[in-house]
Amino acid sequence: MAALAQPLARRLTVSPMLRFLGRLLREKPLGAVGGIVFALFLCIGLFADLIAPYGANQISPINRLKPPSSMFLFGTDNLGRDVLSRCIYGAQLSVIIGFCAAGLATLISVAIGIVSGYLGGKFDLITQRFVDAWQSFPDLVVLIVVVSVVGPGMPQIIVTLGLLLGVAGSRIIRSAVISVREHMYVHAAQSIGASTARILWRHVLPNVLAPIVVLFTTRVGAVILIESALSFLGLGVPPPAPTWGGMLAGSGRAFMFHGPWLALAPGLCLTIVVYAINVFGDALRDLFDPRMRGSR
Amino acid sequence: MQAYIVRRLLALIPALFLASVIVFATVRLIPGSVIDLMLSQNDISADKLSRDQLIAALGLDKPIWEQYARWMGGILFAGDFGRSLWGNTPVAELLLARLPVTFELGLMALVVALAVAIPIGAYSAMRQDTVGDYLGRSFSILMLAVPSFWMGTMVMVFPSMWWGWSPEVKFVPFRQDPLHNLSQMILPAIILGTSLSAVTMRLTRTMMLEVLRQDYIRTARAKGLSENLVIARHGLRNALIPVVTLIGLQAPLLIGGAVIMEQIFVIPGMGLLLLEAVNQRDYPIITGVFLIVGVAVMLINLLVDLSYGLLDPKVRYR
Repeated sequence: MAALAQPLARRLTVSPMLRFLGRLLREKPLGAVGGIVFALFLCIGLFADLIAPYGANQISPINRLKPPSSMFLFGTDNLGRDVLSRCIYGAQLSVIIGFCAAGLATLISVAIGIVSGYLGGKFDLITQRFVDAWQSFPDLVVLIVVVSVVGPGMPQIIVTLGLLLGVAGSRIIRSAVISVREHMYVHAAQSIGASTARILWRHVLPNVLAPIVVLFTTRVGAVILIESALSFLGLGVPPPAPTWGGMLAGSGRAFMFHGPWLALAPGLCLTIVVYAINVFGDALRDLFDPRMRGSR
Repeated sequence: MQAYIVRRLLALIPALFLASVIVFATVRLIPGSVIDLMLSQNDISADKLSRDQLIAALGLDKPIWEQYARWMGGILFAGDFGRSLWGNTPVAELLLARLPVTFELGLMALVVALAVAIPIGAYSAMRQDTVGDYLGRSFSILMLAVPSFWMGTMVMVFPSMWWGWSPEVKFVPFRQDPLHNLSQMILPAIILGTSLSAVTMRLTRTMMLEVLRQDYIRTARAKGLSENLVIARHGLRNALIPVVTLIGLQAPLLIGGAVIMEQIFVIPGMGLLLLEAVNQRDYPIITGVFLIVGVAVMLINLLVDLSYGLLDPKVRYR
């Protein structure tokens, strides 16, 4: 009996995932490419130390401002540091900050959104006023103020971004929950006396899973963008850390006139990664949303 | 409707209170080490402040509730945001001078964003899965991914390298020479607007797709309305309601983006004021900008909520 049950269980857990990947490839080829680039970005970030040809801050005075060549694929900067290596180490920072902050943000969004949206009434009203107050502040402005108080650094950026995007994103989950709340199956569950916790867990959560996954995916992109904007303003992870935003920062602009590749490489990395994440997120949304299914 | 407006205005009071507490609490977290840093770092003022003077100027020598009451009381009853630590200028004066500039930039960017987003979004939805749709969507997702500060940097670097042209750095106020001022603002507004348009475009398309599948659209077509009328009156009008909400939600993004544009193009608005204040650790200015930005976004969102009634007859204010 046990021997029989095991392969069955495995087939049940593995095949939906594979089937989903198959659908992604078949129905959303662009999204699949996005997903591959996203995975590649993740690998580059995780194994930056193995991939990068030079160190992030390895200075080589004789190779200052060298244009792209076989030795330095993306050229070198004003200190003779290899731009490709710095981009690769920049990916590492982006992966860490992106996943940590987006994960934290999604958890917060789901917790606030589901409870506030399902319970409604006074609780919802009070929560929403708080969310109102909280998200009236532009992420970038809050980050700038926080950095001015506690100083620049990765942990405070992750926590601040997680809180900021988390509270803001709860609106998206909440509105999804509100539409699910009025569905017949929720009323049915209520009428047979299911507890609120059970309804939230078994009926509401699975039905808002799609926006949650899409929210997380797009949040990773958003975090990477905001963090790089902060570094661009010189208030992110402090130099000489090779952040993509920092590499574009105003202080280096004088050198960009002599080495335009300095202006191109980090911006291209940012754009490609965020683009890939967004395309992937979009494809996920389309595949998850049953109303969109088969409506081509 | 009137009762609703009154209720919303009343609801604004606790929200403003919460916002002021957030602002107050964030900036009062200043650790003592920062004060030492400020003392060692700042040689901008001719007569250097002593440690006690600085602490007194920041109001940190009093109990926390008294600090809040003094700060809030000053703003509410005298419009007094305190004085700049190093320049000794009243913060309110600085804010009043900078606010219109950022407002102008934001408004121009918003107009650009909507003018780009709504037509492309609607077109994309109407021609779902055609080449036009793919182009529109690719453009919008691409705009979403291109950081505005990178676009700004490239606009500063490449035209100057190729054609020796670079944007002016000397800012001309609107009152002095409106046309000259607009010609200076249009470039940052276009960059900011196109990067904001992406989200609006995506939402317009998504909502439009959803709306176009509704029964009332089929009914409208069945009763022989022209396609344009179906799209404009039954489609867009329903699809744009969430888009209006999005404008409210994007207000913070607009201001955040304005900070970056102001830094790149050296436009003396609120954003540049904030960045200058952060560099000098001039906390009264930081607090003032922080609060004003929050209040501005709240008011924009109130306007957005109130505009629902005009757009959506289904919404009844209770």
